[in-house]
Amino acid sequence: MKQTVMNLNPIGPPETGRHGRVAALRALPARIGRVFREMKKNKHAYALIAPYFLIFGTFTVFPVLMSLALSFTSFNMLEPPKWVGWHNYARLFVQDDIFLIALKNTLLFALITGPISYMACFLFAWLINELPPKLRALLTLILYAPSISGNTYLIWQTLFASDSYGYANSFLMKWGVIMEPIQWLQDPRFMLGILILVQLWLSLGTSFLAFIAGLQNVDRTLYEAGAIDGVRNRWQELWFITLPAMRPQLLFGAVIQITLAFSVAEISIYMIGFPSVDYAAHTIVTHLVDYGSIRFEMGYASAIATVLFTMMLCTNLLTRKLLGKVGE
Amino acid sequence: MNMKLIMKKRLNRSWAVDLLLFLLLGSVAFFMAIPLIFTISNAFKPIDEIFVFPPRMLVRHPTLKNFTDLVNIFSDSWVPFSRYVFNTFFIAITGTVGHVIIASAAAYPLAKIRFPGRNFLFSIVVMSLMFTAYVTQVPNYMTISWLNLINTYWAILLPSFGMTLGLYLMKQFMEQIPDALLEAAKIDGASEYRIFWTIVMPIVKPAWLTLIIFSLQSLWTNGSVTSHKYIYSEQLKTVDYVFGQVASGGLVRTGPVAAVTLLMMAVPITVFIVTQSNIIQTMSTSGLKE
Repeated sequence: MKQTVMNLNPIGPPETGRHGRVAALRALPARIGRVFREMKKNKHAYALIAPYFLIFGTFTVFPVLMSLALSFTSFNMLEPPKWVGWHNYARLFVQDDIFLIALKNTLLFALITGPISYMACFLFAWLINELPPKLRALLTLILYAPSISGNTYLIWQTLFASDSYGYANSFLMKWGVIMEPIQWLQDPRFMLGILILVQLWLSLGTSFLAFIAGLQNVDRTLYEAGAIDGVRNRWQELWFITLPAMRPQLLFGAVIQITLAFSVAEISIYMIGFPSVDYAAHTIVTHLVDYGSIRFEMGYASAIATVLFTMMLCTNLLTRKLLGKVGE
Repeated sequence: MNMKLIMKKRLNRSWAVDLLLFLLLGSVAFFMAIPLIFTISNAFKPIDEIFVFPPRMLVRHPTLKNFTDLVNIFSDSWVPFSRYVFNTFFIAITGTVGHVIIASAAAYPLAKIRFPGRNFLFSIVVMSLMFTAYVTQVPNYMTISWLNLINTYWAILLPSFGMTLGLYLMKQFMEQIPDALLEAAKIDGASEYRIFWTIVMPIVKPAWLTLIIFSLQSLWTNGSVTSHKYIYSEQLKTVDYVFGQVASGGLVRTGPVAAVTLLMMAVPITVFIVTQSNIIQTMSTSGLKE
């Protein structure tokens, strides 16, 4: 028995100092051997993951690494990339005024839509879960339909059309709120607000569905046990039982909603136009599209993407910390 | 007594809060539904009702003219419409089946087997979710052309097999499966492959049904974007590409465009309705309990 314990941990507790380092170095071959044996023992695991990671590596990891590398170069897709070091990043923060507008818009957008859409996804999934099955199916469909049905968001263009044919205008004029039509989608005062509205309309998507599936997996006997242990109202039930049981889905939802909130571009381009008036609805991703697909400055575009990625990563780490406190 | 408590499932509820919450739910549902109702009603409006002033939300004299106009437009194209339909279904179904199987197979070891490199691989997956697709387009195009996949179905299928979302979702769900269940199977002599296919996959049915919805939806709605980039030959294009062509036809085509919008929306929603009833039925029978 003692033998096996020794085998599992041949190095022992980590030592410090030069002596420890030498010992660690001496134990290295044993350690490599141990890892190798572990790998051999788990060859089925590697066989199962191999197809996915081959494709994933080719079409996701490799392009991402390449784009990270390109962010330190000047590359126009015709000539070979030229190494420029941190120049792209310096230009981004020092010279590029429009980037700063985009940064401000993106942060504003993410701060509003991110938390609201995340909580809405959970709140509605949770409320729907208590309904009788038929009603639940209907409401799930209504709430989920906007995000699933492709570019139906273009309907909002008609609703907010700038002449008096637009529904919003004709409605407001009929009730005497305004005298003449408002150019909703061209007026810098309204653009970002409308984008936020449409994004929220679209936001009950992937995470919403994952939450619904997750709620159905929560063990019902937990609630009964909770009631016996003194859970008194639905809020305590939510905090102490439902949320902790759904931690994996909550994490999944957080990553998805954060990515969504930061990478808004498509609806801005199609609804408001590109570039938007006074750059009032310009976001980091539209800036990226500008340099990546119109000016073909791939190095600079890659630097923009890297900045965006860093922002998302930090937000995710923070969210992960916060979610760790759920149910405590 | 206990059984009754569970069946009731309304342990700590007060009707006042119930009412308030469901009023909230109702008003949100109404807000969400307006643009959808508008889309549906628009597709059945005759041309004079589409341009009426002041605009009306609901259709007065429904007609199918927009749909027949649409059929006439398609009958002019030199590639038969059925070919686009075939392409769409082929890509959507093959892509989805491949993705669900490949991603689930990879998710099982990541969730339940301890092997060297596991955490590293998963953290790469999570991080890649945060890298926007706009900038990886160019490297991706290069890779696909190096692999000689330009102008083939594979240019769309292969990347869709390796989408990140599916793996992540499946892994999160598989983590909730009790270890005891898997160990019992191992003691009975089942191999890892067998455990994955006959025990894990049936348990996480809600998860992969959800995944089917995501995958079908993304292949259906992003089809035009991707096929635009990697596929040039008209023979291999998909339905939504053709619909997009109709939509860019301008004012004279306002009616058919309304019909197209409805059709574009109808497909993912139909898939969702069919799959959803399955997800909901799977619930309490899923065996996730210890």
